[in-house]
Amino acid sequence: MADIKPPVTNTSNTKAAANPAGDMDRRSFIKWSVVGWSAFVAVVAGYGSMVARYLFPNVLFEPVQTFRAGVPEDYEIGVSEQFKEKYGVWIVRDSEKIFALSTVCTHLGCTPNYLPVDQKFKCPCHGSGFYTTGINFEGPAPRPLERFKIYLSDQGEIIVDKTKKFQQEKGEWSDPESLIVV
Amino acid sequence: METIKHFINTIAAPKILFNIVVLSYLIIFPPFKFFQKIHDALGVRRLWTKKGGMAIFSLMFLAFAFGLTDGNFRLIVLKPDNVPIVALLFLVVFFVWLALHQAQDNDDAIAKGGKPKEWAESREKVLVFPDLVYIEFIALMIVAALLVVWAIGLPAPLEQAANPTVSPNPSKAPWYFLGLQEMLVYFDPWIAGVVFPTVILLGLMCIPYMDKNRKGLGYYTYQDRKTAINIFMFFWLVLWMFLISIGTFLRGPNWNFFGPFEYWDHNKLEALNNINLSELVYMIWLNQGLPSNILWREAPGFLILIVYFGLLPAILAKTIFKDLYARMGVVRYSIFAVLFLMALTLPIKMYLRWLFNIKYIVAIPEFFFNI
Ligand code: FES
Repeated sequence: MADIKPPVTNTSNTKAAANPAGDMDRRSFIKWSVVGWSAFVAVVAGYGSMVARYLFPNVLFEPVQTFRAGVPEDYEIGVSEQFKEKYGVWIVRDSEKIFALSTVCTHLGCTPNYLPVDQKFKCPCHGSGFYTTGINFEGPAPRPLERFKIYLSDQGEIIVDKTKKFQQEKGEWSDPESLIVV
Repeated sequence: METIKHFINTIAAPKILFNIVVLSYLIIFPPFKFFQKIHDALGVRRLWTKKGGMAIFSLMFLAFAFGLTDGNFRLIVLKPDNVPIVALLFLVVFFVWLALHQAQDNDDAIAKGGKPKEWAESREKVLVFPDLVYIEFIALMIVAALLVVWAIGLPAPLEQAANPTVSPNPSKAPWYFLGLQEMLVYFDPWIAGVVFPTVILLGLMCIPYMDKNRKGLGYYTYQDRKTAINIFMFFWLVLWMFLISIGTFLRGPNWNFFGPFEYWDHNKLEALNNINLSELVYMIWLNQGLPSNILWREAPGFLILIVYFGLLPAILAKTIFKDLYARMGVVRYSIFAVLFLMALTLPIKMYLRWLFNIKYIVAIPEFFFNI
């Protein structure tokens, strides 16, 4: 037990002074370690907080999820690309209804192009093709394009609500909220 | 002239070109006895002599020069993005030739009871510094100079700001990912984008544990490591390099196929009507509606998968992989067989798509599970 007894405290300074090789005694070693490590932790924490701050942007660009799309009379039978650029939606009208199709390919998320000659949407990434109804018929896309909620406001305006989507493979396309009967 | 171009455009169609490439692979790196006979009869080994090399390269340059006379070909091949892939075509062929040339010399020497060329060399010690470091330093200088000249000569294009609602047409991945992109044409994004890349990496890591052959260490040889080289060449040349070149040169707008001399017409119409296996079985063969129960609907696909991954390895072990099975033992062989069969699903799915328009064998879009 005697061997591990702590050294008498007041001898340490004189010992350090007397040490020709300049070795540190225990006390100053601890002192410097505390200083060094605190500095290190402070720097890491500083940088860390800057990185963490960076993860929360000052301005969050979130396009509006609901938009007005004119009145049903604006649309002829066929595909309207009017809102593709801004909202990522095609408004499609056929002989009995109007619906809003998402412009996100269900394969890997590229934006397909509408080819009016062939009456289809064709994805430039791996060649998936969709009918104007949104049904996938060629290429690797495993399911049809999604449709968004669409309804008429009290003023008779078309409102598209992208927060709610309807998927054909889940049998949701017959939902009255997914289309406007015309 | 036009007829030649037309002919080349026709055989560049994937269904034909892929068959040609696979067939040439089978003859050049024969994995089976049958092809070995053709290989010997055709004297393919002459390809790896110096004369053979000259012939291969003159042919490649001639074909390339001929192509350059055509406007459409020039447009694609000389596009700054594609220049490295043109270089890659030549480099791949050159290094394959170089390796097999040296291997053949060694194999011939060994067959006569001699030693491989590297035998004496590998006994001698050289120092890392300066011998190796100097060579590396010189290589570094040359490559750096080359890259600077290249970057100045063919500057990278500046395009408009990124816009999530506009995908360039065609949208191409960086060249080294074009193989994966080509895979995505035939598979669900989960499989081709996540599962396969992981399995490829794991599979590559497995190689040292699978391949216990101690021969061929430190010298070029083909005969001593035939199986390994043949298998590797299939996946590397046919399923990787070939798919990269297809993706670079033959995929145009809307990801349609275009022959090397064909104009990239944005309105090219290719009517395809892809169906899932379940639809083929129930709606076309059995002439009824799809069952509403998902598991029952996809039963044919699951059955095929079970046979493919469950029974096929055992059948192969009794037949064409008999020797391999004896050499590897059960565990090694099973891992090998599963990896091998997984890799083979790519060509299989290509053929299914081309011949029967089949999209997915198991299609459960309800749960993002499509194979
Ligand atoms: S992302 Fe549209 S086909 Fe792959």
